[in-house]
Amino acid sequence: MTHEHHVGVDLLGVLGPLAALVGLVAYGVLVRRARGRGRAWPLLRTVAWVAGCVVATAAVTGPLAAASRESWTAHMAGHLLLGMLGPLLLVLGAPVTLALRALPVRVARRLSRVLRSRPLRVLTEPFVAALLSVGGLWLLYATPLLALAHTHAVVGLLVHAHVLASGYLVTAVLVGRDPLPHRRGTSHLLVVLVLALAAHDVLAKRLYADGYAPMTMSAMEQGAQLMYYGGDAVDLTLAVLVCLRWYRVGRVPQFRRALARPRIPTGGAGLARRSPLRSRSPGLPDRARMPRHHQSELRDTT
Amino acid sequence: MSAQPGSTGRGSTRRGSTGLNTLSGVLAGIGLAAFVDETVFHQLLHWHHFYDRSTTDAGLVSDGLFHAFGFVAVVSGLFLFADLRRRRALVPGRWVGGLLLGAGGFQLYDGLVQHKVFGLHQIRYGVDLVAYDVTWNVVAVVLLLAGAVLTRRSRPGSRTAPAPA
Repeated sequence: MTHEHHVGVDLLGVLGPLAALVGLVAYGVLVRRARGRGRAWPLLRTVAWVAGCVVATAAVTGPLAAASRESWTAHMAGHLLLGMLGPLLLVLGAPVTLALRALPVRVARRLSRVLRSRPLRVLTEPFVAALLSVGGLWLLYATPLLALAHTHAVVGLLVHAHVLASGYLVTAVLVGRDPLPHRRGTSHLLVVLVLALAAHDVLAKRLYADGYAPMTMSAMEQGAQLMYYGGDAVDLTLAVLVCLRWYRVGRVPQFRRALARPRIPTGGAGLARRSPLRSRSPGLPDRARMPRHHQSELRDTT
Repeated sequence: MSAQPGSTGRGSTRRGSTGLNTLSGVLAGIGLAAFVDETVFHQLLHWHHFYDRSTTDAGLVSDGLFHAFGFVAVVSGLFLFADLRRRRALVPGRWVGGLLLGAGGFQLYDGLVQHKVFGLHQIRYGVDLVAYDVTWNVVAVVLLLAGAVLTRRSRPGSRTAPAPA
């Protein structure tokens, strides 16, 4: 029995840091390649990526991960690192943009095709991304899934991977700078943010009130409050980043905006009225703007 | 500020901006009231409770929504404010009117619907609530009235702003 328990701990504790290492090395190689092609890469993005890898690793291995099997406070701290802060830092590292700059043209084209594929169009709709992320949390905390993840190593691994991946997806869709198939307007993003965080808050208060029956760990109430207020900190950061993008895009001089869109409707009010994001459409970078069909090429390369 | 030459060229633009002034103020006001509620009554005084056994499910959802909305409201309201200033379209009276409307509206909603209907939590525990409830909601109504008066007095057609062409 104890042997199985140790295997369970090790699976995540080994594969987690390994994945982070792969992420770090791959990112470093891509930065070198991009630089080698004479394309600058901001140091801050590299710093963000490295910090993201460290933060996400701290959640799955080491003292915090060990404590999170005993106490809800440590568990929720890990949850915030793996599902919210880690993804935010990774997103600020803009790995897709880096890959498009550094990879050989053929591979970059394939990547940009994947970015425009139907599954990604669906996944990058903010409502879908938020549902995957917060819906996953409801599944975890409102069903016996979390207890299952603690006793079965593979389930634990999948749960942690999902928390990180869905956290990354929703953060990238809301505040990322990497190319997306479509980027929604600011009000759309803010509505999704409010609904997602509201669902997160309700879940935290539910845990506070009713506890988690399938499993016993210490400090349930403190853990739930950490989840609630930690979610606020992320909410605030994401709201600032979403609005900051709106504010910066609006800095385009008046005459240039008038040239770009001769008939600006001036009657309505609200955030959506100016909607600079939609009108300027910061879509795929130049190298990624390729014709839709490259079947022959696809066949060549596979 | 309200009669900037650059921004008065088109009546419709000005009208749009006064709407944005109110919107920006209301958002910031909701956020401000939510922030004061959380900081003063929950964290400093510890009068409000994180959770109260009488809370209904609807109360939890309402609390979650308003809590999440509070932050987004104050951030988007202040960014709109910065944008209005940048475009020299800020009408201070209009904005402050919106601020009071937003703060009063949230306070009244919190005092009547969240505290009383949903039973989320009470203003204070172990005391006679009537005086607290009355004060809470009277303050809300005063804020709302002041906001309405300010908003009305600074509307585009009034003496502070030129009439649209």
